[in-house]
Order: sequence, then C-alpha cells, then structure tokens
Amino acid sequence: MKRSIAGVATALAATLAVSACGGGGDPLAEDKSTGSGSAGSITIGSANFPESQLLAEIYAQVLESKGVGVTRKFDLGSREKYMDGLKDGSIDLIPEYTGVLLQFFDKQAEQTAPDEVYTALQGVLPDNLTVLDKAEAEDKDAIVVTKETADKWNLKSIEDLVPHCGEVTFGGPPEIQQRPDGIPGFKETYGCTFKAFSALEPGAITTKALLDGTVQAADIFTTDASIEANDLVVLDDPKSNFAAQNVVPLINKDKVNDTVKDALNAVSAKLDTKTLQELNAALNAPDKPEYSDVAKDWLSKAGL
Amino acid sequence: MNVDWPWPWLPRNVDKIVEATGEHLYLALLPVLFGLIISIPLGWAASRWPGVRLVIVPLAGVLYTIPSLALITLVPLLIGTKIIDPLNVQVPLAIYTIALLVRSVTDALLAVPGEVTAAATAVGFRPTKRFLSVELPLAIPVIVAGLRVAAVSAMSLTAVGALIGIGGLGSLITEGFRRNNAVEMVVAIVLILVIALVIDAFLLLAGKLITPWTRARQGVAK
Amino acid sequence: MNSALNWLFDPAHWSGPTGIPARILEHLGYTALTVLVAAAIAVPLGAVIGHTGRGTFLIAGLSNGLRALPELGLLTLLVLLTYVGLLPVVISLVILALPPILAGTYAGVRNVDRAVVDAAQGMGMRGSTVLWKVELPNALPLILGGIRSATLQVIATATIAAYVALGGLGRFVIDGNNAGAGSPDGYPQMAAGAIVIAVLALVVEGVLEVVQRVAVSPGLRNASTRRRTARIWRKPTPELVGRST
Repeated sequence: MKRSIAGVATALAATLAVSACGGGGDPLAEDKSTGSGSAGSITIGSANFPESQLLAEIYAQVLESKGVGVTRKFDLGSREKYMDGLKDGSIDLIPEYTGVLLQFFDKQAEQTAPDEVYTALQGVLPDNLTVLDKAEAEDKDAIVVTKETADKWNLKSIEDLVPHCGEVTFGGPPEIQQRPDGIPGFKETYGCTFKAFSALEPGAITTKALLDGTVQAADIFTTDASIEANDLVVLDDPKSNFAAQNVVPLINKDKVNDTVKDALNAVSAKLDTKTLQELNAALNAPDKPEYSDVAKDWLSKAGL
Repeated sequence: MNVDWPWPWLPRNVDKIVEATGEHLYLALLPVLFGLIISIPLGWAASRWPGVRLVIVPLAGVLYTIPSLALITLVPLLIGTKIIDPLNVQVPLAIYTIALLVRSVTDALLAVPGEVTAAATAVGFRPTKRFLSVELPLAIPVIVAGLRVAAVSAMSLTAVGALIGIGGLGSLITEGFRRNNAVEMVVAIVLILVIALVIDAFLLLAGKLITPWTRARQGVAK
Repeated sequence: MNSALNWLFDPAHWSGPTGIPARILEHLGYTALTVLVAAAIAVPLGAVIGHTGRGTFLIAGLSNGLRALPELGLLTLLVLLTYVGLLPVVISLVILALPPILAGTYAGVRNVDRAVVDAAQGMGMRGSTVLWKVELPNALPLILGGIRSATLQVIATATIAAYVALGGLGRFVIDGNNAGAGSPDGYPQMAAGAIVIAVLALVVEGVLEVVQRVAVSPGLRNASTRRRTARIWRKPTPELVGRST
C-alpha cells in the first residue's frame, strides 16, 4: 500500500505541476509580458468588447516593435470597471473614446463636436492621466433597429422613434442605464422612455436579440460589423445625444516617453472610421481570426 | 443571425486553449487539495468530540448551501482582495470542499468499528499512529467518494468566475459567446467535462489502489 | 460592508420592477418552473428504474456526467443557438435539476424495505399498484430529498440567467459588476445582491426541510422504522449529488 500511495501521490503532484506551469503565478487572462524592453515597459488593458481588444492589440504590437516591453491585460470589463486599474496603476494604457470619456469625468459636459470634446477632455482628466493625439476614427453608441422596424415605423432618426418608445424594449450594456448619454440621455434629449430594458453584453448577443425581436431597438456601436452584415439601420442623432467619439490612447503620464508617444500618434494618424469598420469586419469573418493576426495584418499594410 | 462554427479556430488556438486549461486547473484543483488537507483534522475533531460535531456539521451545511456567485462576489468584502483576483474563486471552492469533506471524514471515522480501534490499542498503537495506520485508511473509501464529488464540482464551478472576469476555460465560453463562435464555446465545455471525468476516474482508481483490502474482500465474496 | 448594507436597505431598491422583491419573485419563479418540469420528468423515470431495476446505468452516468457539465457553457450556448429568452434558460436549468431528483427517486424506491414490498405482494397487489401505493409513499423522504437538492442547485444556478438578459437575483451581481467598483451602484450592489441570494437559499432550504419532515407519512415516523429512516431525514448528503454552480 505504501508504494501505491507513493505512486498516486506522484501522479497527483505531476498533475499539479502541469497546471502550475500552465497558469500559476498571476493567472489573469492573457497576462503575458514581453519583458522590460529598451524603451521601458507598459501594461495595456482593454474593455470587454472586440474592438477595444483589437485596438489594444494594435497599440501593443506597435510598441513592441519599437522596443517597449508590453504586458497585456485584456478583457477587463466596462469603463467603470477598468478605471480603477488606471487609477491604481494596474494598467497604464487603454484605447478610449473621447466623448464617453469626457462624460465619465464630467457628467455635465455638453460638447459634441470632435475638437471641442477633445479639448474639454484634456481639462478634466485626473492628474496622473493624459491623452495622446486623437484618431479620426469614431465609434459611437447609437440606437439601432432592424430594417423591418425602420420600414414599419418609417424611422430615420431617433426623433422618429419617440412616439413608439413606449412599445419598445431596448437592449444594451447594463452600464448605459446610468450613463448620461444612455437611458437618462434619451429621456432628457429626446423625451424617449422605453417600455423595458434588457441588459445585454456588447457583441453577438445584442445583435442576435435585435434580430430575433427580443428587443426592438438596441445600443450597437457604429463600427460594429453586424450592422452592415445584417442590414441594420442606425438612427440619426440630430440633437447630438451621443457626442463625438474619436479613438484616443488614454495613458499614464509617467509612461509617456518619445518612443511611446510617436508610435501611438503614428497609429492614430492612420486610423479613420472606414478603417475601423474594415477591421471590425475582418474580426467578424466566419473563421474568427485572432486579434493578434488582424492587428498584425493591418500594421504591416499601414506601414507601421 | 446564425451562430458560426469556425472549426479551423481549434487548431489555430491550441496555445490559448492549453493556457486557459492550465489556468482553470490552477483555479479549481488547488483549493480542493487544500480543502482536503484541512478537512481531515477538522473531521477528526468532529468525530471525536460531539460538541465540535454539533457546530461543524450544521455550519458546513449552511456554507454549502450558499450559491457560488454569491460567495465569489463576497470574498473581496471578507478578505479584502481586488475584484479580479483568483482567490475570489479559490476561496469559495475551498470552502465548498471543506463543507463537503468534513462530513465525509466525520462519518467515515465514526463508522470505524470500536473493536478495530480497541484491537489496535491493545496491540500497542499509540493514538497518532493508530489514527494514521488504522482509522484513516479505513476511512479512505468514503473520503475518496467525497473528494470525487468535490473535484468534479470544482471544475464546473470555476467557470462561473468568468462572469466577473476571473479566467480559466470559462473565459473561452464568454469570449465565444461574445464573438458568436460556437466552436470556442463547445471546446471549452467539452474540455471541462472531459477533464472532470478524467479526474473522477483517476481518483476512483487511486482510491482503489491504496485500499487493497477492499478489493480483497470483493475477491473473496465472488 | 457598510456600503453594501446601505444599498441593501435603501428603500428605493425595494420598489418597482427592478427592485429586490421583484427580482426575488422572478428568481423563485424560474426555480419553481424548473423544478416542476424536472420533477415531472425525473420522478416517473426514477421510479420506473428503481422498481424494475433496469436502466440503472442512467442514474450513475447522468449524475456523474451532468455534475461535471459547466452550466454557464450550456446556458450561453443554448441561447446562442436559439434565442435570448426564458425557454433556453429553463431548458438548461432543467437539465441541471434532473440528476438529483432522478437519483433521489431511484434511491428511495430501491431502498424501500423488501419486507414491506413482500407484504404488499402477499396481499395481492400487482406491480404497478405496488409502485404507486407502497414504494412511492415509502420512498417519499428520499424523493423529497432529491427535489430539495435540485431546488438548491437551481437557485444557485439561476443567478447566471442574468448574464443572458433575464431577471432574477443575478441581475444585481452582473449589473453591479459592470458599474465599476467605485460607483455606488457597483460593488455595493453586487454585495447586496450576493447577500440576498445567500439568504434566500438558506430560507428556502429551511422551508424545504420542514416540508420534507411534515410530508413523510406518520408510519415512517414510527420508532421501529426510525433507525432505518433516520439517515434519510438528514439533509441528503452532497455525496449523492454534488453541485455545479
């Protein structure tokens, strides 16, 4: 029996050793570090939707190519969640969007035009954070409906939807129930109060709920590939409830050096809305390419 | 909108899958091992002193009843971890394992016939040696049965952590869900299932291996 | 802890369709529906298998296999394959609830004292009558034990339903998680939700324990059979069913 116990114990230990190799230490998802490079090191985070992760991967690869050591901490959740990470230094850099970021720090902010939003944003950031150049690319929240719904109610803009709001179940990420340009914004800006709200993760499930009719309108990001793929209709926002949303790197001041600044500004210079839409479409392709491959492809095509 | 089945995803992402699996095992099995180690002295105390038993058994029952999402959420409050911390999953798993195994150990030790312990003492075994060489080995089959349940449950429970960002194979499930990738989801589900069953079989076999007398008895009966 | 309790006792959170009572009712609703459907399937199945002794592989195999199945995966996959709604959620919850009820019913029918069955047959009862009038009533404690286990399992797992846009108590945890730790609707909401979930589970467990005792036929409460049924009265040991959420 002693020999059997020894044998079993060894097998058990071996299994644990394997699992420790696979995940031990700090098993946060995708927490891979490329070590400390010659131009310093930086931790990059991303939100819980595909585009954010792709942008973060692009930042990561371009910085690595310039010799910066990069640690990736992706899929952290909503802005409200990862802001704590930026404040306490768990992450240093994250791709952001000017409009929502401005409203996050200043709930009363009224600016909607791209340059105004950017300037106002620089004024409200906490002391340890700063933003680099903004890209031309914009990805806004939007109220989206199916083609059938748009035809049925003759919808072109959110104003057209207002008389029907009481019949509509609206789908979107849970946090828009509190965001100024979310549910409260619809009410204030357009007088639209939906019948009910369905909390859905951004991505496939929101699109699915919209297409299935579980919700009649949904908050889908304007560069989401599923809009074109499914003939969805983005309602116009004439009263500018949704401010400009230029992609911009939000970064810890201590981590900004010339290498980092130049690399990220070069990326922003090449990023326009059309490119962003194409990147999202590539991600959404049926064979589900990896973020790193899509990022690599684009960086080489863009000459970065 | 149809769900996509990108089968080529599988061979392309073997690294990612292996890493998630390793992480999952770390999150799930370490607490079970820890729980086992703690349960033995606790169970011994409960078997020996009815007062202890009166406290521990109901407490174990109460703790086992608390849903995992609740416990995972409350751990940061109780021990001050950050919200995304592997301990948030590992502590509840250890608690569940202990809640389950303490009962097994107690029952098993209580079931050791009085004549056996008396005989052991008569032959000259000191209490510690008697526990290690006689009572504990006799308790092993019941403990292994509980351990199997604890380990298999832990594999499945760990996936719940993905809901609040604590990885493992559960994060493959949420990522696949987000990107409409049924292959990724199925791979994660099947892996969790298969590994759990393998662990179950392994423990069953190991239990039989280290208790040769149970096999001998069966042999005689036939 | 303070902020969690503040959130919990804030009267604003106790009213309306998104308030705590409403979510509790939703949660209990999902649970009751699931357990009813699962019992409707598993009790007859378990009784037949226990009575005839055939198909026992189903009991062991299902119990083991389904305990290892990650509910999060099953639920989200089913939703993706069908639609966002109650049906896929209930189906996946029912699948989860089947093993405990099946195992409990099987064990209950199987463990009926052979002497009692003999006596019944001696009185001239046929197979199905024996099952109906003798084995099932005698098996009631274990059947109820299985239903109890299943109910607790479902209460725990129904928290996941919130991830696919449904209601129930998981809503507080998921929404709170997305609101970020600093926000007053962030971690405090999560913790408050977790406390309610835990308390609900304990209360339901207590109620079911009382139901189980009360529903056991007086004959089985008799002193001479008390020893045999004593271990049945205890909560069905987790060894029978384990948990997967």
